[in-house]
Amino acid sequence: MRDVAIEAVSLRKVYGTDQHAVVALDDVSISIRKGEFFTLLGPSGCGKTTLLKMIAGFETPSEGNILLNGHDITEQPPNRRPVNTVFQSYALFPHLTVRQNVGFGLSMLGRPAAEIDEVVNRALGLVKLEAMADRKPQQLSGGQQQRVALARALAPSPEVLLLDEPLSALDLKLRKEMQTELKRLQLELGITFIFVTHDQEEALTMSDRIAVMSSGNLLQVGTPKEIYNHPVNRFVADFIGETNFIPAQVAGTTATIGGDIALPVDPASPQGSHTLAVRPEHIRIVPSGAEATLRALITESVYFGTDSHVRLRLANDIELVARFQSDEAGGDAPPVDTEVGLIFAPGALQVLED
Amino acid sequence: MSAGEEKTARGETRSMWLLSSPALIILIFAAAGPLLIMLVYSFLAPGKYGNVVWEFSTDAWVSTVLTRDIFDGTLSLADAHLKIFWRSVKLSLITTFFTFLVGFPTAWFIATRQERSRAALLFLITIPFWTNLLIRTFAINQIIRTEGMLNTFLLWLGVIDEPLILLYTDFAVFIGMTYVYLPLMVLPLFAAIDRFDMRLIEAAYDLYASRWQVLRKVILPIVKPGIIAGSILVFIPSLGAYVTPRILGGGRNMMIGNFIEMQFGPGRNWPLGAALSVLLLVIVAAALIVYTRAATKEGPHG
Repeated sequence: MRDVAIEAVSLRKVYGTDQHAVVALDDVSISIRKGEFFTLLGPSGCGKTTLLKMIAGFETPSEGNILLNGHDITEQPPNRRPVNTVFQSYALFPHLTVRQNVGFGLSMLGRPAAEIDEVVNRALGLVKLEAMADRKPQQLSGGQQQRVALARALAPSPEVLLLDEPLSALDLKLRKEMQTELKRLQLELGITFIFVTHDQEEALTMSDRIAVMSSGNLLQVGTPKEIYNHPVNRFVADFIGETNFIPAQVAGTTATIGGDIALPVDPASPQGSHTLAVRPEHIRIVPSGAEATLRALITESVYFGTDSHVRLRLANDIELVARFQSDEAGGDAPPVDTEVGLIFAPGALQVLED
Repeated sequence: MSAGEEKTARGETRSMWLLSSPALIILIFAAAGPLLIMLVYSFLAPGKYGNVVWEFSTDAWVSTVLTRDIFDGTLSLADAHLKIFWRSVKLSLITTFFTFLVGFPTAWFIATRQERSRAALLFLITIPFWTNLLIRTFAINQIIRTEGMLNTFLLWLGVIDEPLILLYTDFAVFIGMTYVYLPLMVLPLFAAIDRFDMRLIEAAYDLYASRWQVLRKVILPIVKPGIIAGSILVFIPSLGAYVTPRILGGGRNMMIGNFIEMQFGPGRNWPLGAALSVLLLVIVAAALIVYTRAATKEGPHG
């Protein structure tokens, strides 16, 4: 267990009392490895921010413990924890310059001025803000303020860096830039990052591992690939990416949809009445004459440049969404009302418990 | 700039002056006028039954801080006058400091309440303004006098064996002024704290600041404009206070305000009263300039 940075043990958080009690975290246990980019993903109110605040020390758990490098820090106040936060609102000190903001943590730790100067210069270099060192935060753009917040949290060399939806206030282009930037910094510094977001795309592109949360529960922990390709339940599949859900009867290796269409599924699938999930990009559209698993009618087609989103209707009126990749010849999806054949990629059909 | 543009610009300037003339006239007559009269009177000689005699004299100015020996005419420092000046400045400073000490937690408490209770609490803070200052000061008098409520209560508790003599001391004046001027400190502090972003406390706390450091390095520097405004609003009226020292300080514990009033009343020395008034004005203005300069210049590392 030497490579575990943060260990949460049966964390529970209840707000209010008795009848009005709200459970923000319900028995959450999690292990976050050293040097890992770990993302807490979920819709607002799922408890991800509560968990982050507990690791930072701003919330105390009703039950359970938090360990940092094997030491119990549950009772330690935030200023005693070698953990720093990049706040959603940045929370930069308006009365201090960029340099003083970045040096704040070290000066509170009572480090000598020469050391602070050196570390601050290095941190500002890391986020490419040397030129802004003597400005006040109000004189910077949103993206620059974000970088100052990052440098300020990194300057004291924390064991763990917490990031509370730090990119949500930036516009799309800047957000993409900062995603790459954050990933680069994390690899360069080797610090454990715990990142909170409700943006599944952000989570997939940046993380080593993702924890998907919903209403105070931890649903699934895994690498982006595991989570995307093997969601444990319908909520995870629905929250991450786009998915077709079809009610199905599973018996052995066959799932029956719409009463009479039989599809092959993994033998380890749960048996009985469940949901069949299939990602749009795992459905291949072929001409009606070719060999195919299913026949369908195109009812709608929307062009997106790299691909077209195609709505299909099976016999029994079951609807599916699929992607039709554009090719270099500019080949487009077949027109509406065309009959086509569908082929499913191996492992594309998954049986999920609700 | 072409000739035409210049003409319209000049026209605009003229109409601006015209529009602000009512305010300017009021200011000249109501503010600058009386000050000018004071300045002129301070260089005249006192009349026998009050008023002034129209002959130039610097006697009034000399006697603000110096006193002429009746027998040999030598000048020496006027201890009595200086004592009054010193008491005024000292009491005003202590009052300002204590209103801050009490006012800051009060303002913080109000600013961190819910919207509805906040309005109610602010309303309560302003309630004393509804009652005449004289009546409120007499109420304090009733509380702290030798047979008053405070002593009766403390005797009943057994904390003291004999009544405390509070009335007609500097301490009584201090209590009265702190009570009277406290709202003037709380309101600007509240306004500053209300604008303060509480998330900065979390940020500082996260960056290894102790509670004391959060207060000193983050909260106080950011709400400083409120502290400066509150201090000015308390210090200036304290220095010129008249009613409170008169009622709670008695005849012996005079402050500048009472001393000036005396020159226009029983003292029958209008030029001295005028000179003292101008001097008070200069002291206040100088103190203000020095204080605001120091307070705004001082950086976060100060």
